[in-house]
Amino acid sequence: MNSENMILMQDIVKRFFIGCPNELQVLDHIGLDVRAGEFVSIVGESGSGKSTLMNIIGALDRPTEGEYILDGVDMGTLDDNKLSDIRNAKVGFVFQTFNLVPRTTALKNVELPMLYAGVSRTKRTARAKELLRLVGMEERMTHMPNELSGGQKQRVAIARAMANDPAIILADEPTGALDSVTGRLVMDIFHSLHKESGKTIVLITHSQELAEETERIISLKDGRITGVRKGSN
Amino acid sequence: MDMFENLSLAIGSLKANKMRTLLTLLGIVIGIASVIGIMTVGSSMTDSILGAIQGMGAGNITASVQQRSGEEDDGDFAADAVLPGGRSESISVQATPTISDRVTDQMISDFRENFPDQIENISLSESVGSGQVKDGRKYANVSVTGTNSGYGAVNDIKIVNGRYIKDADISASRNVAVVSDKFAKSIFGSQEPVGEQIKIYQGEQIYVYAVIGVYESETSNIVMGAPVAEKDIRTNLYIPVSAAKSWNGSESGYMSFTIRTRVGVDTDAFLAQAQSYFDRYYARNQNFEVSVSSMESLMNAIGSILDALSLGLAMIAAISLIVGGVGIMNILLVSITERTKEIGIRKALGAKNAAIRVQFITESIIICLIGGVIGIVGGIGLGLIGSQILGFQAHPSVFTILLALGVSMLIGIFFGYYPANKAARMDPIEALRYE
Ligand SMILES: Nc1ncnc2c1ncn2[C@@H]1O[C@H](COP(=O)(O)OP(=O)(O)O)[C@@H](O)[C@H]1O
Ligand SMILES: [Mg+2]
Repeated sequence: MNSENMILMQDIVKRFFIGCPNELQVLDHIGLDVRAGEFVSIVGESGSGKSTLMNIIGALDRPTEGEYILDGVDMGTLDDNKLSDIRNAKVGFVFQTFNLVPRTTALKNVELPMLYAGVSRTKRTARAKELLRLVGMEERMTHMPNELSGGQKQRVAIARAMANDPAIILADEPTGALDSVTGRLVMDIFHSLHKESGKTIVLITHSQELAEETERIISLKDGRITGVRKGSN
Repeated sequence: MDMFENLSLAIGSLKANKMRTLLTLLGIVIGIASVIGIMTVGSSMTDSILGAIQGMGAGNITASVQQRSGEEDDGDFAADAVLPGGRSESISVQATPTISDRVTDQMISDFRENFPDQIENISLSESVGSGQVKDGRKYANVSVTGTNSGYGAVNDIKIVNGRYIKDADISASRNVAVVSDKFAKSIFGSQEPVGEQIKIYQGEQIYVYAVIGVYESETSNIVMGAPVAEKDIRTNLYIPVSAAKSWNGSESGYMSFTIRTRVGVDTDAFLAQAQSYFDRYYARNQNFEVSVSSMESLMNAIGSILDALSLGLAMIAAISLIVGGVGIMNILLVSITERTKEIGIRKALGAKNAAIRVQFITESIIICLIGGVIGIVGGIGLGLIGSQILGFQAHPSVFTILLALGVSMLIGIFFGYYPANKAARMDPIEALRYE
């Protein structure tokens, strides 16, 4: 589906209840829209609510209040099973700590989203190999995660995020655990996914430098959007 | 998601913790092995005992003269017990059968003619007692029984040499004897026994008989009582029933006889017919009647008692299965806690609750099935050894094995469900944040 807006958020509030009187408001009336095919970054200090926002965007979590439409689907009306389907079909997650399934080969990790989508064995193996080749990991297909370096793990994770050809890729500080050289490599993969595959990408980052490479930079502070500007290049 | 993937996932995670898997298996292995072992020994025992009873002539019908058990008599009997040496009625209650109470040869041949389609053979016998056959320094212990020609057929006596007693031997009261192969070996060695004379010593008396046949003595596999030296084993020596009666001077007629029915005869129906046939003869006899019964019903009763017994023992053994199941549940709970993050990742990638649940239940079933298979093999081994020790032929039953596999699987599902469901219902965010 190619609706005008990939993400449409209105007055999103997220509160955590830690004990009876302690109500922690992490997101405070967030309004956000991201066009299909856009590459945006979210910046902000630690604890400002970036990951919480990403979890809501990625259908891992539900907002306490507000309205959220992802790729034309109103998320407020969906049950857990439907949210699983949305995550499986429309969202590709890339995490700071890679989150590969342990004791499972790179190939099997990339196959996982397709497995849950019910793709046949031969098809998913073929596609997983193709994706690993795209991120330059075809030599390491049979390796276990603990046999891979950080940069290699992140490339496998990106291949896995692409498995079901999602509408949107959500990357939460994907270069945070990498050195600048491998971080650069990972960034280049995102750029090519954006340009060549036309993916919508939301990148959360600490690095001002990397944020400048994206089309739009959204600043978050204490759960509120404090600024939106275009990337400098 | 596909089953193969679940299986390889489960096997993978079981391999990752080999020692833990092994210890978990142990509970199921012990439980299944003891159930199978007990069931195997139990069914072997049942088969052997029923087989032994069958060998004694379970297919046969026995008719015997028995004291009437009227209600009046019972009362007298009870009173008699309280007042020993009491009233005259007690004599009628404890009456000994006289010659007129016995079943006569005429009654038996009439009976036989009346049911030609049902009766294959009738066996008559008169036990004479034990004696010894001596020939110089050689001797053989015997137990002498007078029989008719039907006895051999009804009791499946297998003649290996010569012939069995014929009706002509009985009517002529010939001094002929059928001896066991063991007997022939100890008295005649390799010499031909048929046609030879033997001297039977019983108390003061010495009887001279001619051997007309040799039968195969069966070796019972149930050994009862104290062991006896091979050459002292007492075997049966059969003589014509008419000769036996003259030996111990007993009255004519019989207290009991055995009927072999033809193949395909409805035993229960024939029992009723035979009973009413003899009831007519004994209608005016106040003290005695002929009671007709078969061993089949007794066998069924014994069989079901033995089955219930082994089932009861197996139930007790099954308690260890529950312990094994709880062990599996415990290990699965530890395992899903350790793998919380993995569960979070899977959920983030789109795994539904059901997929996670199936993954962990599969793991539980696999443990139980592996444990079940090892337990079945071990249990059959135990059963064979146990049957061997008890002296029964072992029959591991396919039904028991299939049942054990089914039970293993059910234990896997039952004890795996709670942990698997706990994993399935984890909140994806919290699972992902788990350190
Ligand atoms: N599940 C939770 N329960 C309670 N508080 C939480 C939970 N998740 C996040 N928070 C709190 O919300 C705030 C924002 O967290 P997060 O979104 O992770 O920030 P960021 O990713 O920008 O560093 C933090 O103060 C954090 O402690
Ligand atoms: Mg964060």
